[in-house]
Amino acid sequence: MQSEVQFAGFGGQGIMLMGQILAQAAMQQGFEVVWIPSYGPEMRGGTAYCTVVAADRPIGSPVIRNPMHLVAMNRPSLEKFAPTVKPGGVIFVNQSLISIEAGRDDVDVISVPIIEIAQKLGNIRAANIVALAAFVARSKIVDFEILRETVKGKFAKKEKLIPLNMKALDEGRKVALG
Amino acid sequence: MSKVLMKGNEAIGEAAIRAGSLNYFAYPITPQSEVAEYLSRRMPEVGGVFLQGESEVAVSYMIFGAAACGERVFTTSSSPGISLMSEGISYITAAECPAVFVNIMRGGPGLGGILPSQADYFQATKGGGHGDYRLLVMAPASVQEAVEMVMQAFVLAEKYLNPVMILGDGLIGQMMEPVEFPEHLKVEPSNKDGWATSGMDTRKSSHRNLVKTLYLDPGELNAHNLKLKAKYERMQREEIRYETYNLNGDYEILIVSYGTMSRVCRTAIDNLKESGLEVGMIRPQHLFPFPGQAINDAAAKKGCRAVLSVEMSMGQMVEDVERSVIGKCPVHWYGKCGGEVPTPEEVMGEIRKIIE
Repeated sequence: MQSEVQFAGFGGQGIMLMGQILAQAAMQQGFEVVWIPSYGPEMRGGTAYCTVVAADRPIGSPVIRNPMHLVAMNRPSLEKFAPTVKPGGVIFVNQSLISIEAGRDDVDVISVPIIEIAQKLGNIRAANIVALAAFVARSKIVDFEILRETVKGKFAKKEKLIPLNMKALDEGRKVALG
Repeated sequence: MSKVLMKGNEAIGEAAIRAGSLNYFAYPITPQSEVAEYLSRRMPEVGGVFLQGESEVAVSYMIFGAAACGERVFTTSSSPGISLMSEGISYITAAECPAVFVNIMRGGPGLGGILPSQADYFQATKGGGHGDYRLLVMAPASVQEAVEMVMQAFVLAEKYLNPVMILGDGLIGQMMEPVEFPEHLKVEPSNKDGWATSGMDTRKSSHRNLVKTLYLDPGELNAHNLKLKAKYERMQREEIRYETYNLNGDYEILIVSYGTMSRVCRTAIDNLKESGLEVGMIRPQHLFPFPGQAINDAAAKKGCRAVLSVEMSMGQMVEDVERSVIGKCPVHWYGKCGGEVPTPEEVMGEIRKIIE
């Protein structure tokens, strides 16, 4: 079993962090993992993407052209990567910024207004955690409780942010499963 | 120790510290700048030195100086930076000092690009600098292997009194994977009494150690080169390392590939197996010394129709593969430059083309 997730969006949306948290959680769960960033002559506000591969055996090619799942945080990312997702995968759409459809009927599309949800929680910066929670709840790529522990660990040095992010996880999951 | 998720570049820096190298001289360059970033914070914590040189040329001589004094020392850079260091590397080999150089390769020639590449194979294994010298060249295919190789590199550099190079493509530096660091550290170079110019009061021996690279007398220089040659021959006897994949079955094609590229090939081999086509692989873990005999044996096996060298270059390692196969069967090359890593599908397509 191997699953691959492509995270994509603008620089500053927390794309790399989402990928790292998922990779960390998958590692805690006992999977082999690889996290690969897009690196290149990037600029602020430009595109940012990373790929996470999790598998129950040593990972061969770390470079993935056709991921199992996609988390699209802005419109250009959805347009670019939606056609590459394998049939049967999950496409997460950041509904707050993306007004178009994924254009696929052979995948599970989940659209969530993460910015509005994060605003209601009191901090727009938790939007990526809402997205990650919704995606994980829907794709079941890692155990949700392990994800929760990983997020806690990630904010260990900024403890006052933990309650906000825990709420963000709950809200994301609720939307995904509701 | 439990596993931690770490970026290759940071893991390489940590591995060097754990191998007891508290001297790091470097100049930043993508895609390895995170090593310097990491060590600029980490070296002061462990009482080590991180000094950013004014150029890679200067860095290579800082390495020379520290190595000559018997200090464990290393640097990291990427392709154009290694070109600049090549003069110093030639001097360090001539002076027989141990040091570790890490090249996280980017595309070339010239400034090229900053994405993954394996186009410095010739530079690493055949020279780069001037004169008859060799580097022991290690090629990791994962972050964990990079950690182990960096730590081992210091031991080998001291065993042979010769620089060791870790040759990784940009992905080895950029990707994150779980790593585990061995607990035990070996801090002190074990044999430095015999070569380090660390001062007579630091040694038991009364022999005066001399670091030099100038031999104006032709007979003396020839003898010096013969001595170096004997070391490289010893490496060829003792340091060949490679890994095989799917080599026990009846493979029709033999792949030779290293680094990240070999992992792409592994996936291609798995996929082809499902469609009934058997392909074997030899992955050199050391590029010098090269596992020529193993490749020759594998190519000579009944049923093997061709050998394919897959590399992110325009065909460099393939020359060593040809030299190893010596006509046992046809040798092909497949690769790409510029930073786009060939996909398993592209490798599979190339193999099908050869079969037809």
